[in-house]
Amino acid sequence: MTKLTPYRRPYWNTQPEYLFPKYASTVKRAPTQPLVVLPHTLSEVTAPVFGTDEVKPGDSDLTRQHKGEPLGERIVVSGRVLDENSKPVPNVLIEIWQANAAGRYNHRVDQHDAPIDPNFTGAGRALTDAEGRYRFMTIRPGEYPWRNHYNAWRPAHIHFSLFGRAFMQRLITQMYFPGDPLLDYDPMFTCVADEKARRRLISEFDWETTLPEYALGYRFDIVLRGRDETPMENRR
Amino acid sequence: MSLRTSTSQTIGPYLRIGLEWMVIEDLAPAAVAGERVRIEGRVLDGDGKPVNDAAVEIWQANSHGRYASPDDSGSAPLEPAFRGYGRSLTDDRGAFRFRTIKPGRVPGPAGKLQAPHLLVTIFMRGLLKQLVTRMYFPGDSANADDPVLALVPPARRGTLVAGGSADVLQWNIVLQGKDETVFFDF
Repeated sequence: MTKLTPYRRPYWNTQPEYLFPKYASTVKRAPTQPLVVLPHTLSEVTAPVFGTDEVKPGDSDLTRQHKGEPLGERIVVSGRVLDENSKPVPNVLIEIWQANAAGRYNHRVDQHDAPIDPNFTGAGRALTDAEGRYRFMTIRPGEYPWRNHYNAWRPAHIHFSLFGRAFMQRLITQMYFPGDPLLDYDPMFTCVADEKARRRLISEFDWETTLPEYALGYRFDIVLRGRDETPMENRR
Repeated sequence: MSLRTSTSQTIGPYLRIGLEWMVIEDLAPAAVAGERVRIEGRVLDGDGKPVNDAAVEIWQANSHGRYASPDDSGSAPLEPAFRGYGRSLTDDRGAFRFRTIKPGRVPGPAGKLQAPHLLVTIFMRGLLKQLVTRMYFPGDSANADDPVLALVPPARRGTLVAGGSADVLQWNIVLQGKDETVFFDF
C-alpha cells in the first residue's frame, strides 16, 4: 500500500480563512505564520469508527431528555451526509447542540438574560444510515445577542459536528433557517465570499418530513470532502 | 456530479453542551500493548492567555503502527480495545491532557515510514475552521527523516515535538507569536 488517493483541496472561496477581523475573536487566535501543506498520508485518510453501543436511537430526540416537554416550536431536522463525489457517507457520527427557544444556552458562560428551560439541554447525537441519512427531533432555537460589535445578534442556528471516514473530512458547521433577517448581518454566516456556499448553510422547509399537527420539517444536507478521482489504473 | 464541501463554521463558546459526553482523555486500557505516555499541554492565544474553550482531538495508530479504520489495509495487528481517538476540552488554564500509548510507525509517502506521531485537530471560538497539526515524540531517531516533518522549516520543527520528561510529555499549542506552533494547510 504505497499510493493513497488524497482528499480534494477546498474549492475557492467556499471555506473561511483563519483571520477574519469582522469576527473579532479570530484576531488573537488565527495563526500568523505560513501554513505548511500537509500531504494526505494514511494518518489523514483514516478516522475512528463509532457505533450503536455509543449512540442510542433516543439520543436524536432533544425533546425527550427531561420530565416535561421543552418550550418552543417542535421541528424535525433531517437530511443526508454526502461527499463531494455525491456518494452517501454512512455511519457518520453527528453531534448537535443549540440554544433553547428563548435563545439561551444551558452553559455557564452564557449570561444572556433569557430563561433557561429545565426541560431542554440542547444536545443530540445520531449516526447516519447506509444511505447517509440522519434525523433529529428538537425545538427551533431562538436568536440571541453577542458582543462581537454594537447590537450584534446571532441568527437562529444549530451547531453540527461530523466525523467522516477520514480525519481530513472532520467538519464542524452551523445550520441556519430560511428567511432569517439576521443572516446578512452575521459575520459567521458571511465568512465566505461564495454566495452559493453560504446558501447551502441554510436549511429548507420540507413538507415531506413535516409531521401533521406536531412538528415542522427542515432539511439540511451536509457535504464532506471527497477523494480525488480514482486513478484510471485502479479501475477494472 | 460533483458537490462542494459544506462551509466550516466556528464551534463557538458552547461546545461543552454538544461534545462533553464523549471526552476521551484515557485512550488505552491496561490490556492495550505499547509504551504508556501521558501528554499534557496548554492552548495559548496571541496574548499568551489560556484558551479555556478549545476542543483538542487526537488520532493515532496503535503501537504496531495500525489504524483502527477500514481504510488501513495494513497487516500489523489491531488491538480490539484501542480505537486511537481522543478528545480533551481545555479548562480555565487552557490545559488539555491525554493518557495513551506511543503509536508505531505507519507508512508515509513514497514507501517511507513515518515517525510516531499524533494527528491533532483543534476547534475553538475564534476559529472558523479547525487547526490541524501533529505531535511527535522527543528523542525518537525516526524524527530525523520523517517525510512530513521534513516539509516544515527546520527552525520551526521543534514546535511539533513534545518536551517534558519520559513520564509526562509536555506539548503546548501556541496560536501566535515567537513560538507559534506549526499548523498545516490540510
